[in-house]
Amino acid sequence: MTRSLSINVNGKVFGITADPDMPLLYALRDDLGLNNPHFGCGLGQCGACTVHLNGEPIRSCVTPVSAVGDGKIVTLAGLGTPDNPHPLQTAYVDEQVPQCGYCINGWIMTAAAFLRDKKNPGEDEIKQALQGLKCRCGTHLSILRAVKRAAATMG
Amino acid sequence: MGKMKNKIALSRRSFLRAGGALVISAGSPITLDTLLGIETAHAQGTKPPLTPDQLSSYIAVNADGTVSAYFGKMDMGQGLFVAIGQMVAEELDVPFGAVRVIMGDTANSVNQGGASGSTGIQLGGKQMRAAAAEARYVLVSMASAKLSIPTSELTVTDGVVHSTADPAKKVTYGELIGGRYFNVQLDWNKQIGNQLYATGKGQPKKPSEYKVVGKPIKREDIAPKVFCKEDFCTDVKVPGMIHGRMIRATIAGAVPVSVDESSIKDIPSAKVVWEKGFLGVVADKEWDAVQAAQRLKVTWSDAKPPFPDQAGLYQHIRNAPVRKREVEKQNGDVEEAFKTAARIIEAEYEWPFQSHASMGPGCALVEIKDGAVTVWTGSQKPHYVRDGVAATLGIPAEQVRAIWVPGPGSYGRNDAGDAAIDAAILAKAAGRPVRLQYMRDQGTGWDPKGPASIHRARAAVDSQGNVIAYDFLSKGFSRWDVETNESKPKDSLAGQLMGLPLQSEDAFGVPAESYEFVHKRMAWETIPPLLDRASPLRSAHLRDPVGPQIHFASESFIDEVAAALKLDPVEFRLRHVKDPRDAAVIKAAAEKSGWQSRSAPRRDQTGNKVSGRGIAYAQRNGTRVAIVAEVDIDRATGKVWARKFTVAHDCGQIINPDGLTHTIEGNIVQGISRTLWEEVTFDSGNVTTVDWITYPILDITETPERVDVVLINRPEIAPSGSGEPSIRAVAAAIANAIFDATGQRLRRVPFSPERVKAAMA
Repeated sequence: MTRSLSINVNGKVFGITADPDMPLLYALRDDLGLNNPHFGCGLGQCGACTVHLNGEPIRSCVTPVSAVGDGKIVTLAGLGTPDNPHPLQTAYVDEQVPQCGYCINGWIMTAAAFLRDKKNPGEDEIKQALQGLKCRCGTHLSILRAVKRAAATMG
Repeated sequence: MGKMKNKIALSRRSFLRAGGALVISAGSPITLDTLLGIETAHAQGTKPPLTPDQLSSYIAVNADGTVSAYFGKMDMGQGLFVAIGQMVAEELDVPFGAVRVIMGDTANSVNQGGASGSTGIQLGGKQMRAAAAEARYVLVSMASAKLSIPTSELTVTDGVVHSTADPAKKVTYGELIGGRYFNVQLDWNKQIGNQLYATGKGQPKKPSEYKVVGKPIKREDIAPKVFCKEDFCTDVKVPGMIHGRMIRATIAGAVPVSVDESSIKDIPSAKVVWEKGFLGVVADKEWDAVQAAQRLKVTWSDAKPPFPDQAGLYQHIRNAPVRKREVEKQNGDVEEAFKTAARIIEAEYEWPFQSHASMGPGCALVEIKDGAVTVWTGSQKPHYVRDGVAATLGIPAEQVRAIWVPGPGSYGRNDAGDAAIDAAILAKAAGRPVRLQYMRDQGTGWDPKGPASIHRARAAVDSQGNVIAYDFLSKGFSRWDVETNESKPKDSLAGQLMGLPLQSEDAFGVPAESYEFVHKRMAWETIPPLLDRASPLRSAHLRDPVGPQIHFASESFIDEVAAALKLDPVEFRLRHVKDPRDAAVIKAAAEKSGWQSRSAPRRDQTGNKVSGRGIAYAQRNGTRVAIVAEVDIDRATGKVWARKFTVAHDCGQIINPDGLTHTIEGNIVQGISRTLWEEVTFDSGNVTTVDWITYPILDITETPERVDVVLINRPEIAPSGSGEPSIRAVAAAIANAIFDATGQRLRRVPFSPERVKAAMA
């Protein structure tokens, strides 16, 4: 059964009518029309749907929309803009990271939370922080270069 | 006027060479009317038909002087469109930024084969280069007429045609034709797809004249992706669109016997679409479609697919009847030579089924409106999607427009093509535009697979230790049970579920190398597919089709022979390769990696971690690649870290070294993944690798610490491909490094920790 819910996404509050058990991903993509979190597995295994909930990366494909409450959701689109980019977005462009690019939400949103909390991480720490995320095109080397580059910028 | 006439007389020959639609007989006088005719004959306001023999099918100069290049192939994320833009800009003498490459829309590009066989530059670029050269030739002819200056006295700078002597005498491309269309016929070879080639009289430049080709220009599609300004295929929406999901049988080969529609009556707007073995649902909201697909009660027919035990797969291949045998390369008399051998070295290698396992499952959107069908697809071959959707719906292809929009990764004939056909059937049944995306288990479980195979190699050695004969045989499932594209219903899951039997073709391949042995034979044998239709183990092209498996075997075996003869692997290869470009990549990789010459595996390591280095090399359709892998192995766990790679790559003329390097890196990482982790498994009923837990790929924590790429540029040699060649040598380089580290030879992929540990026990 559907019910009315409000969710706070990228600084705006949206009212939607949805099944409370529906994963947040479908609310973001279908009800709000955001094109950035992607459906990769629906199982929380790949990261393509990653968004921030109160600053922490979550897998929106396995998070019921009702579990969000009045928490603040930020998607990749809310992380930065061309005029005011997040250092990771800049680094992704500079390092020419993605091939297909379908995986980028997982890497950037996870790395953004990690780099906010951890200054000057070592390569192994970066790898550990990103463990489990998937990239099928094999852009692993570019991803690590970009995260290191962003880490240097973020000091 | 007199002066002008004089100029005209001088340049008459160039007018005569101008070609195109204009015909001037050799004796006819050149008048001003004729001159004006030259311009109008080359340009017109209405677009000529979209056929491969029209220059307008490839190149247009817009009103603002920018250039649109309509490309019938498309970029799968390696930046191909940048390279194409460079080739077009180069030939037209316009700034790179003035060219926009428009890819994969059947409404404005001809069928150049889509993404296929690493031919984006090799064949697609060749055509675009020829078209751009012809466009420049025509534009200069038009300028000559307009300026009354012979073409030989004209120069083009940044899209401005001007007198070489007096640059003030000029006309821009935009002024000449901007906003109108070329009316120029090309000499077309009557092929479509990869082999399409249509040329004019304009000759491409000499490499020594290049200003844009060869430069490391960056992709401009990254920023739109990281700022979410660009839609993927999965993001496209149209008014009135509803959502579809497919329902696949739990047991392969089963078809629905009864469907209990009441089981989803509580789900708003959910409807069943059922025709023979085809079963899907549609609903207004995506989540409702997902729920309906999960909840729908279906009774399936009894089915028992003839799948062997997973553990018995390779024995099945060994014992299976040979459907086709082909000896692709043979010299000397191999059988006789083996009879004289002082020593015979033999080995057999095994490669599993592998999945595309694209980052997201296949997706397509189909809208049927007033008899016209539009398909938004992530398939790398939209022109064939158009044909397949038309055939499935029983309408002429002209009524279907397929628009490629970047999908969630594509490395061949993955599940995107099936999604387009399924979506078309759902849309027709629903009477609404339907967006379909598969679920993860359908994407990984039911995508076409790279075929499993075994490979037997043997070498005959004489009493002096010379290799006198070499015999290599692959036996496996065909490389295509379903075609490399979705143009025919028989090659789609939907077509097969509705009754069309699998029509598996027989094809495999042989090692691509230049080892010279007096007696040499390379052959393959194919065996029948396991299931006659709609099989989750049907084979189709997966990145570098059959290349990784063949070269895993052949390049492991060359190493085995070198070891048996107590020779360093690099030295042994250099002794036998006859192609100088092959020798060059082997030398370059060895040198750059700091290759340590050894004639036997290391025996100096005693700790838990052991390290080794290995080399492998291969050709692919003109490209040569040699890879040195350096690995660390944890003896306690059997875990392999493919730590460092050195890749020497020669694909002839390099268009964009930046894109090329990224492309090679992606090949290496995906190659490591397929070597260390990837294996499709199945039980007696179905494929059991259905997600990222059951079908693991290389994790970020396992990334090599370094991949050094040595690009060998040969500007005078026509460019060959780079999208696949470097993946084929990865597995053998790793296997050979493991041998160097441990003295153990791994002959079955993937090199899972269990297998590596067992090999060392």
